[in-house]
Amino acid sequence: MSVSGMSVSEGPEPYRGALWRQPVNPLVVVDDPEAVELTGPVFGSADVTDLDGDLTRQRPGAPLGERITLTGRVLDRAGCPVRGQLIEIWQANAAGRYAHRRDQHHAPLDPHFTGAGRCLTDDQGRYRFTTIRPGAYPWGDHSNAWRPAHIHFSLFGAAFTQRLVTQMYFPGDPLLPLDPILQSVGDDAARQRLVAAYDPELSTPDWALGYRWDIVLGGPSATRTEGGRR
Amino acid sequence: MTPLPTPSQTIGPYFGYALPHPGGGQIAPTGHPDTITVRGRVLDGHGEPVDDALLEFWQPAPDGSRAGAPGSLRRDPVGGAAIGRDGVAFTGFGRVATGADGSYVLRTLPPGGAPYLSVCVMARGLLQHLFTRVYLGEADDPLLSSLDARRRATLVAERERAGVHRFDVRLQGDGAHEETVFLAFG
Ligand SMILES: [Fe+2]
Repeated sequence: MSVSGMSVSEGPEPYRGALWRQPVNPLVVVDDPEAVELTGPVFGSADVTDLDGDLTRQRPGAPLGERITLTGRVLDRAGCPVRGQLIEIWQANAAGRYAHRRDQHHAPLDPHFTGAGRCLTDDQGRYRFTTIRPGAYPWGDHSNAWRPAHIHFSLFGAAFTQRLVTQMYFPGDPLLPLDPILQSVGDDAARQRLVAAYDPELSTPDWALGYRWDIVLGGPSATRTEGGRR
Repeated sequence: MTPLPTPSQTIGPYFGYALPHPGGGQIAPTGHPDTITVRGRVLDGHGEPVDDALLEFWQPAPDGSRAGAPGSLRRDPVGGAAIGRDGVAFTGFGRVATGADGSYVLRTLPPGGAPYLSVCVMARGLLQHLFTRVYLGEADDPLLSSLDARRRATLVAERERAGVHRFDVRLQGDGAHEETVFLAFG
């Protein structure tokens, strides 16, 4: 098995956590133009402060780790920007530990890093975070299982049907082909859409490395209008 | 070229310090006389409680408006702390993490123009979030009428007493109980 790329002939074991939680019945398709889910919640400036997108400035001191700028655009399936919508992220610190009581990984907590942030997309659907690159961490899926470095993303679109919770990965990580969670995505092209690109243009000299990751929300919407919903 | 959607990934076990917010299950304005309670549990295929699920609710306002309003997860601009709703605006959006016994409580106002609340279920072990609906009683509705009685019953909340509705989410049938109907949108 090759660990240099993401194409493997022999994948990891399937994601075990799913066994007793994954529904058995097929989803029931709702094709109702009046469905409430074709609209969705809205958020505004009261919900997000300007500093919430900078995870390196939430505590009195600076967190340890490799500072990164993470940006991209959020589009719908028609390629239109998703404007003014909420993006939330959470992640482990540089040592691979979450500021969560259930995470007892034997790695240090960073008193200067919480690992949660949020922002609203702008008129072009762009988002931007400043954070540190998270570390890999072990988990109990199988013996010696390590999650590749990743950042969890939560997104809202113009409709509740467009809700997306996912994880973003870093290019070139040797753990990618071994990770049952990433590999739970069926095809290689789709998996590649979860991997950010290093962008030298986005890097800031003497300050931060730049990564770019665009996100496309699926799902139908009732209100795909020019200028966004509000 | 039409862009392809970004795949979903599980919410995992560690969202708890990032996504839940104070008053997330209190959609109803403070002290509103029409407030209803929807409560229940999230259960797995063994009938065991799912203690690390996140439920999100979206619904029309009582007047039928589906525009929503900001302010579900307000933050204090000075210290950055999550301070939650102002207790007056009806945002239509709720978010509740389940407790150790898999339970959740939502307090809201009855939706106008639709007999249901939309629900999005996320949990460690779910590869992708799941949509379902809480119907506040039997209704003349295209989805309900398309289902047989046993499946339909999983979507209709049980009235415990006036203003209190019970709705369990069963991610899988456990032999004795039917799996909740989950939805896809065409
Ligand atoms: Fe994670």
